[in-house]
Amino acid sequence: MVETALFIVLAVVTVITAILVIVQRNPVASAIYLIITFFCLAGIYLLLNAQFIAIIQVLVYAGAIMVLFLFVIMLLNLEKEKKIIIRYRLQRVLGVFLGIVLLAQIGMIFNSVLLEGSKGDFPPEKVAALGNTEVVARLLFTDFLLPFEITSVLLLVAIIGAIVLAKRQI
Amino acid sequence: MISLSSYLILSAVLFSVGVIGFVLRRNTIVIFMSIELMLNAANVAFVAFSRFLNSMDGQIFVFFVMSVAAAEAAVGLAIIMAVYRTKETVNADEMNLMKW
Amino acid sequence: MLDYVGLIPLFPAIGFAVNLFWGRRMSKGAVGFIACAVIGLSFLVSLLVFAALLKLPPTGRSLEKVLYTWILAGEFQANVGFLIDPLSVVMMMVVSGVSFIIHIYSHGYMHEDRDFCRYFTYLNLFVFFMLLLVSAGNFLLFFVGWEGVGLCSYFLIGFWYEKKSASDAGKKAFIVNRIGDYGFLLAIFLIFLTFGTLDFKAVFAAAPGKFAVGSGLVTLTTLLLFMGATGKSAQIPLYTWLPDAMEGPTPVSALIHAATMVTAGVYMVARCHVLFLLAPTSIFVVAVIGAATAIYAASIGLAQNDIKRVLAYSTISQIGYMFLACGVGAFAAGIFHLMTHAFFKALLFLGAGSVMHALAGELDMRRMGALKPHMRRTYWTFLIGTLAISGIFPFAGFFSKDEILWKALTEGGFAFWLVGAVAAFMTATYMFRAVFMTFHGKSRVDHQVAHHIHESPGIMTVPLIILAVLSTIGGFIGFPIVEGWNQFHDFLAPVFVMPPKAADSGHHAAGFEIGMMIVSMVIAGLGILSAYRMYIQSPSLPGRLAERYRAPYEMIANKYWVDEIYNFMFVGPMVRFSVFLWRIFDDLLVDGTVNGVGAVVRGGSEIFKRLQTGNVQSYALFILVGVVLMIGYFLF
Repeated sequence: MVETALFIVLAVVTVITAILVIVQRNPVASAIYLIITFFCLAGIYLLLNAQFIAIIQVLVYAGAIMVLFLFVIMLLNLEKEKKIIIRYRLQRVLGVFLGIVLLAQIGMIFNSVLLEGSKGDFPPEKVAALGNTEVVARLLFTDFLLPFEITSVLLLVAIIGAIVLAKRQI
Repeated sequence: MISLSSYLILSAVLFSVGVIGFVLRRNTIVIFMSIELMLNAANVAFVAFSRFLNSMDGQIFVFFVMSVAAAEAAVGLAIIMAVYRTKETVNADEMNLMKW
Repeated sequence: MLDYVGLIPLFPAIGFAVNLFWGRRMSKGAVGFIACAVIGLSFLVSLLVFAALLKLPPTGRSLEKVLYTWILAGEFQANVGFLIDPLSVVMMMVVSGVSFIIHIYSHGYMHEDRDFCRYFTYLNLFVFFMLLLVSAGNFLLFFVGWEGVGLCSYFLIGFWYEKKSASDAGKKAFIVNRIGDYGFLLAIFLIFLTFGTLDFKAVFAAAPGKFAVGSGLVTLTTLLLFMGATGKSAQIPLYTWLPDAMEGPTPVSALIHAATMVTAGVYMVARCHVLFLLAPTSIFVVAVIGAATAIYAASIGLAQNDIKRVLAYSTISQIGYMFLACGVGAFAAGIFHLMTHAFFKALLFLGAGSVMHALAGELDMRRMGALKPHMRRTYWTFLIGTLAISGIFPFAGFFSKDEILWKALTEGGFAFWLVGAVAAFMTATYMFRAVFMTFHGKSRVDHQVAHHIHESPGIMTVPLIILAVLSTIGGFIGFPIVEGWNQFHDFLAPVFVMPPKAADSGHHAAGFEIGMMIVSMVIAGLGILSAYRMYIQSPSLPGRLAERYRAPYEMIANKYWVDEIYNFMFVGPMVRFSVFLWRIFDDLLVDGTVNGVGAVVRGGSEIFKRLQTGNVQSYALFILVGVVLMIGYFLF
């Protein structure tokens, strides 16, 4: 009961703030709303017993990425936009329409197809017993070690790329 | 008990909002934020499936998605800054040097 | 020796190749020497082959020598193979011998010409093809030679190609020839369809079995063959190219359009006599056309003023005689006349060339006259040639022409003889007219040219003398009546084995034959007399006759307007059709389509390039469209 109410509240807030992100004319406001969206998503992850992911969401997305966004917005000293659509009117309207169509299609997929799959090894009880983080860590360092290491290389590349691109003079 | 479908519908709605935002807005930073929205929608779907199929693979994947998203955000914002330095704008409509 | 028959066409081919590649670097003397020498060698080898053939018994004188297999395609086989029998050996000797004489003459005649080397190159190539033609052992190789001589004729007629009339004449010759060749090709196809092979020996051996006498198929085949012959040998209706062909150098006219190429049609009919004998209709057509052409061309020759044109129409007329002979079944007589005609016609043409040489290129007989004192050798040799062509005893033309007239009377009927006799009268008339106008009477020569008149150098007159000798004694190998003296006929007899039913019309009284011979001489004499009266005794008589009989005179003076009729009926529409094809079909349709495809592509690109907006969001939109479409497809 509580769960359902919590879910509904969180879900509604998520969707509303998401829509506000894209509707706001002030980029800073968009960023703030996005942060709120991320927090709500973290709550939803908690509902799904994915505590590790929830914390990571807050730490990485809301904490690091959005801060980065805000830094850049401040650095570029962006102003409010005058109007939402100026050029390429037809294109944009078509895009919106297609987005809604896409939503409808995905909804139809979910209604028509039986969403089942083979059950894995980790029922929620077992995960709860071991602890979510521990399970994730265990898998990460055994079965998924290679992607993990590659991801670290990826991050290294991203660091170098970001620095090179953002320097004033190369 | 919340069914799997609800989470998936949430994911779908977030994704479409992201798509609409991407196509709609001119400001490159906001476009970037829409991309993040789409990624997050995918994350929700992954975690939901991980929960309902008793598998941890979904969460592992979310881990990777997040790290990639972080890297991508860093690099992307660096690019935007570089472009701003040359063109004095972050308006996507004005970045059309590849036009015919 | 018989194995070396392949050398006969090979020598001129070598001469052609040598002059083609190195001719420009050699001196004129060297070029001429090589060209004449190779023909001389060919002639020598053909004499040796003749000697070797004589050693064989008369019935065994038909041999085939295959060099190599040229085409082997399924069931069809064609070899490069030569047929050695009396007929081909006679032709080889005539062609190589007369060519040799004319080559030597040309060395002197063309000496001042700047394209000396090109001339001899073409001439050697021509002799190569002609020798290939007469020695070929199957229809395909024969056709190669046939086409080749037509090609060389085009080259040589249009030798002075910068002159428009010459290049036009060359084109006309080639195109009219082509029309005949079309018929010839169809005949070859029919022969292949019927017999499965193109080999002469095989086809002629199998012919009586395959064709019923007078069947439609053999008549059609032989008529088509004859169509080719009319084109190549300038008979009605495809003769119009020969008078125009006089634009070429005079030795060319002598060689190609008197002695050799134009006789190829006669050779072909003689070679295929087996087929023609199986088709009475066709052989009758041959005789009719031969006779008609003989008298028709002779009538035109009466009113021509250009000396070469007179000789050209004379050639057409004489070849008509040869076809008349073949048409009544006297193939040996036709070939005999072919040989003697080669001698005296070449002589006449070369003599005309000598006259032109002396008068700095003057052709019009109205501007000649009284040349006899200045050009003795030319005069006497030309006179001998004229006597020969008029059929005066004992010159060569008498024996051959008389044999034809005799055979026409006995085998063909009175009508044929009468046409031949009238044509003979006209022949004597116009030839002696030419002699009188050119060499006798008062000099009408242009003043500047008059200082120039001189006898031609030895290199030109010696060939004339040789040909004159041949024209005098050449007839005696065909001496009629006396049994065994007609060696020519006997030599060729095994080739022309006639079907039994034709043999019974053989024996007429010797007195009848002698009587007819005297009649021929009288007719010729009358012709000479008329010419004498018209051009020596009263030179104004021709003018007055032309005035009184205006309409007939206009007709023959304008060559019966045949050229104009052909232009109107065939050439004009053809040209208009070609222009239509060019302007409308080629320019608009074909070019338009090709350019149109390009234009469509360009237009399409103009439209599609708008997809590249350079705007990232549009690209994302396209992705979105694709995704939506794909999901939609999988949903429904």
